[in-house]
Amino acid sequence: MTPDYYVSYLSIALLGLADILFVLALIGASRLVQRRNPYPQKLTTYECGIEPFSDSWSPFAIRYYIFALLFVLFDVEAVFLYPWAVIFRDMGFTGFIEMMIFITVLLFGLFYAWIKGALEWV
Amino acid sequence: MALAITMAVIFASGVVFPYSMRRLWGFVGDRHGPNRVGPLGLLQPFADFIKLVTKEDITPTKANRWVFLLAPVIGFATPILIQAVIPYSETYTIANLNVGLLYIAAVSAFGVLGILLAGWSANNKYTLVGGLRAGAQMISYEIPLLLTLIIVAMLADSMSLNDVVVQQADVWYIVIQPMAFIIFLVAGVAELNRTPFDLPEAESELVGGYMTEYGGIRFALFAGLMEWGNVTVWGLTTATLFLGGWRGPFLSGPIWLLLKAVIMGLIIIWFFATFPRLQVDQLMAFAWKILIPISILNLGVTGLFIVLWPDNYLLPTAIFSWGATLVFIGVFTFVVKKILLGKRLGMHKSMDYEPWMLRKPAEPIPTRRQVGP
Repeated sequence: MTPDYYVSYLSIALLGLADILFVLALIGASRLVQRRNPYPQKLTTYECGIEPFSDSWSPFAIRYYIFALLFVLFDVEAVFLYPWAVIFRDMGFTGFIEMMIFITVLLFGLFYAWIKGALEWV
Repeated sequence: MALAITMAVIFASGVVFPYSMRRLWGFVGDRHGPNRVGPLGLLQPFADFIKLVTKEDITPTKANRWVFLLAPVIGFATPILIQAVIPYSETYTIANLNVGLLYIAAVSAFGVLGILLAGWSANNKYTLVGGLRAGAQMISYEIPLLLTLIIVAMLADSMSLNDVVVQQADVWYIVIQPMAFIIFLVAGVAELNRTPFDLPEAESELVGGYMTEYGGIRFALFAGLMEWGNVTVWGLTTATLFLGGWRGPFLSGPIWLLLKAVIMGLIIIWFFATFPRLQVDQLMAFAWKILIPISILNLGVTGLFIVLWPDNYLLPTAIFSWGATLVFIGVFTFVVKKILLGKRLGMHKSMDYEPWMLRKPAEPIPTRRQVGP
């Protein structure tokens, strides 16, 4: 752990801070130069000119939630694969075969979901 | 210093890309595009920016105020933070992390969050549907992207982007792994919500998608700076991973890097002008049934070659990858043509002329020149 290591992460943290300040400063600067005249009709929700009816935060059929579940599966796989990708040359053939078995099991999961119709528009 | 570079890149992309997009799009459509403000319309983006800054910035009464304000902040984290690990030259990187590729994978997920929050917080039906579509699309195409980044890490034997560029001294990775490059290109265009994957902001059905309720400066932040900043940053990443980064003759490193990034951005604009939009189910099926199996296959074969021939794996990998690319493009074109022709046959079944004739043969086909007195 060299000092350089911490400096790198510190600069990333500073960039994150700069991101917040940048957006807020632009919105604030715009506040200064714009002309403000809000009235209730202007502040209604846009719905192509008709009177907005009901609330959007109501129960809503999300047809993609199964994709989100599958995404979690593959995201975890990716977390395992990254460290493996850097050291698998040293692990040789055994390490390669082990990882392939892991990926094959995951692929069976994907094909199972496919056959069960989870990847279709439900 | 680092801050100045980051912001300059974001603002420059907010100026260069909207102008070149409208101009090139105009040329493709046989129009002029913006050509009134300044010479050749070059000052158009500045005029747009001034206009958007001075417009009233309203928050709908029903919206969740704080999330509405937070969404652009989170959305902006992606283009700003990814730039930290891009090596601009042999010695200059803002933060030389040894886990650069993993960092890119992690930070690019912020984009989904910003768009989802923007879509939800406005309490509008269009933004809600746009945000949810964006969420589904971006997490689906994230997986091929992650798997492609792993292939690069395997080839470079390191996750640091500096090492990736150093390893490309002799051959660029696009030559060794064109398959990975194509997957990265397709998945990247989908991550950026650009045509043909621009369903989250499909103007013809969802008004403005997730940014319908954003006006004035917030719209400028989303539509101008964030989206095109993301395009530039994606171009920088692609240039670093596959096109040799800052390497190139005659010119200095940063100029080559930015040039490659701008060329990648222009390719996206070219897609924008020429491709139609997909359906949502086609889009999801393409990610899960085609891209993910192919990228896993590519990963496995690349790994196998590296393990089998640890000293000279580049040539077999390149041969496999080029072969796979050609087979993929050939089969894909064939299948898509077959499906489209089948649809057209079904559509024309009830008509009294052959399906390949798009109109009745008796009528002469009017061309553009013949119209008129």
